[in-house]
Amino acid sequence: MMEDIQSITILGGHSKSGEAEDVALRLVPGDLVAVVGPTGSGKSRLLADIEYIAQRDTPSGRCILINDQPPAPEIRFDMGRKLIAQLSQNMNFVMDATVAEFITLHAECRDTNLGETGLEELIHSVVTQANRLTGEPIVPDTPLTALSGGQSRSLMIADTAILSDSPIVLIDEIENAGIDRRQALDILVQNQKIVLMATHDPILALLAHSRIVLKSGGIADVLESDQDESALLEELQKADAAILAVREKLRRGERLAGSAFNYAELAANGILEA
Amino acid sequence: MKLITVAGPPSSGKTSMLLRVIDWLKEQGLKAGVVKFDCVASKDDERYRAKGVPVLLGLAGNLCPDHYFVTNIEACARWGQSLELDILISESAGLCNRCSPFIRHALAVCVIDNLSGANTPTKMGPLLKQADIVAITKGDIVSQAEREVFQYQVRKVNTRAEILHINGLTGQGKERLGALLAQAEDIDNLDGRKLRFSMPAAVCSYCLGETRIGHDYQMGNVKSIAIPDVPRPEVS
Repeated sequence: MMEDIQSITILGGHSKSGEAEDVALRLVPGDLVAVVGPTGSGKSRLLADIEYIAQRDTPSGRCILINDQPPAPEIRFDMGRKLIAQLSQNMNFVMDATVAEFITLHAECRDTNLGETGLEELIHSVVTQANRLTGEPIVPDTPLTALSGGQSRSLMIADTAILSDSPIVLIDEIENAGIDRRQALDILVQNQKIVLMATHDPILALLAHSRIVLKSGGIADVLESDQDESALLEELQKADAAILAVREKLRRGERLAGSAFNYAELAANGILEA
Repeated sequence: MKLITVAGPPSSGKTSMLLRVIDWLKEQGLKAGVVKFDCVASKDDERYRAKGVPVLLGLAGNLCPDHYFVTNIEACARWGQSLELDILISESAGLCNRCSPFIRHALAVCVIDNLSGANTPTKMGPLLKQADIVAITKGDIVSQAEREVFQYQVRKVNTRAEILHINGLTGQGKERLGALLAQAEDIDNLDGRKLRFSMPAAVCSYCLGETRIGHDYQMGNVKSIAIPDVPRPEVS
């Protein structure tokens, strides 16, 4: 069943004030969608509706279709858990286990029949993937609860991408996690998942193929990213890289130059007012 | 009137969850009330009262909480009927993991939270095993993988219950739980009904107020722990 997700569709409900949402948005594997809007505009509600596979029975009145159909109740309330994975800023590891034990336990509950070598490989691949996202390497013997914020987030993402096998991934704010966000999204999207992420981060928002704009609890617009925005994204990524480079130098205890940016070059390219 | 028994460890989020579900039931035009059974102290009755939910509070004090429950639930049900409730929810915390307050044909809900540890489901006994619905709370603060592992552990213990994930803060999941409560069987009276699981075998001298330690002070139903090579005195 897990492999059979060809699409999810969000059918509009209404905003907090009861205004109808004129939306029928169909997403397919590989789609990366940002959910943007001010704090309190209903981003988490939208993700919650998808997680719940709402059938016009949540406060928003939205309806979520799986493969163009309302899901059967057993999929909605039982299997639905394996359909949709969630990542959010306030999630933690609480289990008293090492990284390796934890991956083993997760594999066991996913009913993945691996031999001992298969399990070794799986642990290796999850840890390796996680380490691509964070500067502080994780080793399989580390207790989960001893992981830093960035390490935890990286492990969660790697685990979600590789082990969770859920075709739909919902992300609520991952920006401040101290990880390589672009890589993180690439890992998730490359695994042919449908990824929706609520974000205030301009780079993450523009990395998405489209973005859902929320206002007072309702979907106000769905925008496709265009060429201008792709150009802007490139500039923002350069700026981001510059800031990261500064951070790295600071970490290493180096002295810094007077500017992280080459403003003359930016001005020459018409990015900055001269 | 429907009688629903809801039980789970302290601080697993029972009251928060029930307040959300009762909101939903109200929206459907159903009137719900609560009996809160606790051992030592509870302020949960105030939370229900603040929301306009009719509530009774029963503290077992120095009695076995399950005995206290079973000897009082019938009168509580009559109280619920006198208020013309559609649904009476009996909520109890703690207990001893040896028994459960679940009654045959009265919908039984076990509440357990993701933070309680992956091995907790196997330790909960009939409280989890005999439930019709298992509501798992606090899923928003643990990793996806841990939620899955925890649900898997719950499923191993209880193979038939519907497992729901409920967020007591946002109310996420309340619609499904509410719908299941609203569909529960009606129960007119409890006289002669049966518990789903027997109470612990009593009674020993300590049940009757003995506090001294020692062979001479032990009477009644006493069970010795197995310790190799240490002779144990016979209990009279």
